[in-house]
Amino acid sequence: MISADLRGILQQLVSAPPHPAALGFRLDVIDDDGVTLAVPWRADLVGGSGSGVLAGGVVSSLLDHACGMAVWVALDTFQPIATLDMRIDYLRAAQPGCDVFARARTFRLTRSIAFVRGIAHDGDSDDPVAAVQAAFMLNSDSGRRPGANLKGAGS
Amino acid sequence: MSSSSFREVLAAIPYAEFLGVEAIGGADDQAVMRYSGRLVGNPMLPALHGGSVAGFMELTATAALSASSRRIQGPKPVDVSVAYLRSARPVDTYARALVRKAGRRIAYVHVLAWQEDEDSPIAEMTAHFLLADEILAES
Repeated sequence: MISADLRGILQQLVSAPPHPAALGFRLDVIDDDGVTLAVPWRADLVGGSGSGVLAGGVVSSLLDHACGMAVWVALDTFQPIATLDMRIDYLRAAQPGCDVFARARTFRLTRSIAFVRGIAHDGDSDDPVAAVQAAFMLNSDSGRRPGANLKGAGS
Repeated sequence: MSSSSFREVLAAIPYAEFLGVEAIGGADDQAVMRYSGRLVGNPMLPALHGGSVAGFMELTATAALSASSRRIQGPKPVDVSVAYLRSARPVDTYARALVRKAGRRIAYVHVLAWQEDEDSPIAEMTAHFLLADEILAES
């Protein structure tokens, strides 16, 4: 069972950070097995002009976010993590005008690394539009404090 | 009839405008993603969202391929692989695409993304694209 505390944090992490909020991400399902996020179709997120299909980068962002959340579900706690790599196969184009869903699950957790897999679909999870495999470093802050990224940024 | 320029391809993509991505000068392989608050994924560090960096690199690859080919349809991504090397700070981000191989049907592209220092990239991407079969008639 996921703790109520973590569930609350994960709900915040879908809607509060600026980028997921700007893309309109919402939490669809959260259970012991992982998470499903959704991104509603929007005209300003389309890839090719006139295609009506959400850009590959929008699907990448949704999968990246879902994978990260699947790590916290597996850890059953929130801690800093960093994406090491992410490999996405685009299996087919999403339907024009359709919302896209991303389902992710951690399949291996070590002391330092989480291995995550997932899919994206546009309504039928048996007919995915994309597949993802990602690796995350755990406890990635290594003592850095909030605002550490601003030092020496020169702007 | 000539193919669209790198700049024109990016300017025609709604998602590129959403991210604040545009060509740099007259380059046909290099783009910038202007910093804006809505690119942030981690407000605590703060750091840009990995997905926005991945989306930016994919757009750069797509535009570089479109500009270098005479196909009617844009290239379609088959797979992309991103290595995140450093957290992306809340500043402008740059990317350059290198088309390593462009065959008749498949292209393989390498993209580098950096912020202050090109020698300290924040991420690298490799990607395969399917090129449309139809070729523009020369005229």
